[in-house]
Amino acid sequence: MQGLSRRYGPVVALDGLDLTVQAGELVALLGPSGCGKTTTLRLLAGLEDADAGQITVGGNDITRLPANKRDMGMVFQAYSLFPHMTVRQNVAFGLRLRRVHSDQRDRRAIEMLDLVGLSTQADRYPHQISGGQQQRVALARALAIEPQVLLLDEPLSALDAKVRAQLRDQIRRIQLEVGITTLFVTHDQEEALAIADRVGVMQNGRLEQLAPPTEVYSRPATSFVAEFVGLTNRLEGTVSGSTVTVRGRDLPLVDLSTPPGPVIALVRPEAVTLASDSSGDAGPLVGTVIATTFLGATSRVTVDLGDTTILAQLTTSDAMEHPAGSRVALTIRPDPVLVAAQTSPEPSA
Amino acid sequence: MAAVTSLTTELAGTAAAKGPQSLRVGQRRRLNLFRYLMFTIFGLFFLVPLLAMVKFSLQGSRPGTWSLAAWKDIASYQGPPPLLPAIEITLELAVITSVVMLALVVPTMIWVRLRVRWFSRILELICLLPLSIPAIVLVVGFAPIYNRIERYNVSALMLFWAYVILVLPYVYRALAAGLNSMDATTLSEAARSLGARWPTVMLRIIAPNMWQAILNALLLTVPLVLGEFTIAYPLTYVTLPVELFSISRNSVNAGVLFSASTASLFFAFALLLLLSYVGRRLRRGRT
Repeated sequence: MQGLSRRYGPVVALDGLDLTVQAGELVALLGPSGCGKTTTLRLLAGLEDADAGQITVGGNDITRLPANKRDMGMVFQAYSLFPHMTVRQNVAFGLRLRRVHSDQRDRRAIEMLDLVGLSTQADRYPHQISGGQQQRVALARALAIEPQVLLLDEPLSALDAKVRAQLRDQIRRIQLEVGITTLFVTHDQEEALAIADRVGVMQNGRLEQLAPPTEVYSRPATSFVAEFVGLTNRLEGTVSGSTVTVRGRDLPLVDLSTPPGPVIALVRPEAVTLASDSSGDAGPLVGTVIATTFLGATSRVTVDLGDTTILAQLTTSDAMEHPAGSRVALTIRPDPVLVAAQTSPEPSA
Repeated sequence: MAAVTSLTTELAGTAAAKGPQSLRVGQRRRLNLFRYLMFTIFGLFFLVPLLAMVKFSLQGSRPGTWSLAAWKDIASYQGPPPLLPAIEITLELAVITSVVMLALVVPTMIWVRLRVRWFSRILELICLLPLSIPAIVLVVGFAPIYNRIERYNVSALMLFWAYVILVLPYVYRALAAGLNSMDATTLSEAARSLGARWPTVMLRIIAPNMWQAILNALLLTVPLVLGEFTIAYPLTYVTLPVELFSISRNSVNAGVLFSASTASLFFAFALLLLLSYVGRRLRRGRT
């Protein structure tokens, strides 16, 4: 996709987007509502027309091609199985349109249903199977036509947490097995980081960063990416040279070209560790635990430092050593940090 | 109804509390009594004229005797004007109106829903307009047009144009309810992404999911055409209702008036039952 733009009246949904997806790769587009990720997918599918820009697949320009000639498989956020057809007929529908012989069609439909583990449900109607199963059938239906690109538009958002995680892993397994080029749109960062080869974080119709999940998380390109992907503490600091001094502690900078002066440093909660403090001394990194959120294996502890609060993510056993009300001394691990201008809104995390 | 439901739920919830329960059982009994009473009153309101009509159609020439003569007369009644052609024309009109109406409205509504959404309010207004214009006013508008086409010696079947307009509001409402009950946009997008062209999307994806709505539209169209008098009579076409009216003015043949009315009513009932049976079968086929 090159220079792709789309406006809805005065609203700019896509602003000159450039994105290249390699063959067999799974790219997840991540961003808040209205960032343009779904618009990107719909332009690619041909369900909407671009105002400007070009879309090429395998060297062929498909920008002006109607949706039914684009050869893209798509799974939608809403349940999209045809209610009057059985699961098998749904999966075979695309092949029927391609005039594939009925025996071959049936065989392929069952093959695809096997792939998603639903061949036993072939003769049921969509309303007779669960939401998760419906989305798996939709995936089988999209893959049955052997599309050049698979487009997934938040296919897991209507499902409950457990089914969502299972289906997420299943989608990744099938994508690797089939080796199909896939674009996955989601607003769930955990989903994007877990499933993708590369994650594209979008804001205001533009790509802020396109990189492997670990890089997006550990080396965010912009303060928006840092704040959108994972939780972030916003702490006042001062840049001098290649470090930023935050509450008396020097942390290395991600962007060495940052001009000296006061900034907001973005510190990940997992870079903060706690130790019990019985000295009673007041210090810039000494505070009181005010709340602990249990997340399973880890817990998130909120510490009041007097002038601000800071979040620390610890293993649950470590967090239990510091109940609410206890005095703690904080240590910030010297990971490279990103900074934002001080004019940004203050609320921490 | 909601009040009745919540009352029943409360009843189930307080089964253990004997005092309040007996009070509520009393309330429930009174409510049921009220229901049966209303049902009986309205039932009689509809049934008495129907039974009277059946009785008159079976009445012999002398008081207190019974005869099937009036029913036999339906076939042999020669008028003027003759009865059988009027029945035939009316049934044909019902079929033609239904077919034209479906062919016109179903694709238009689907197309507007999927492709020109901004037009849907205007379409709704156009379709509901005939409801706000009295039929007799419509006739004044139709008269010059029908006068002109009459020169070509066309039959009463030409009334279908007027009838399509007359049934538009009811058909629109029934079909709109059907379209609203599904996510037509997502279904069409899914079909498009699988390679379907627009006609395929409409005929093989959206229309089959509107069967119930289409049947409902037919349920409204057919009886309306079978009973339509206000337009046919002033335009001097002879349909069954017009024929029945002219027989009613000729007291000698009063018997055949009742038997033909009863027959047309039974026909309409049979048709409605058949349509709702087909609808149920279609629904059951999917459950």
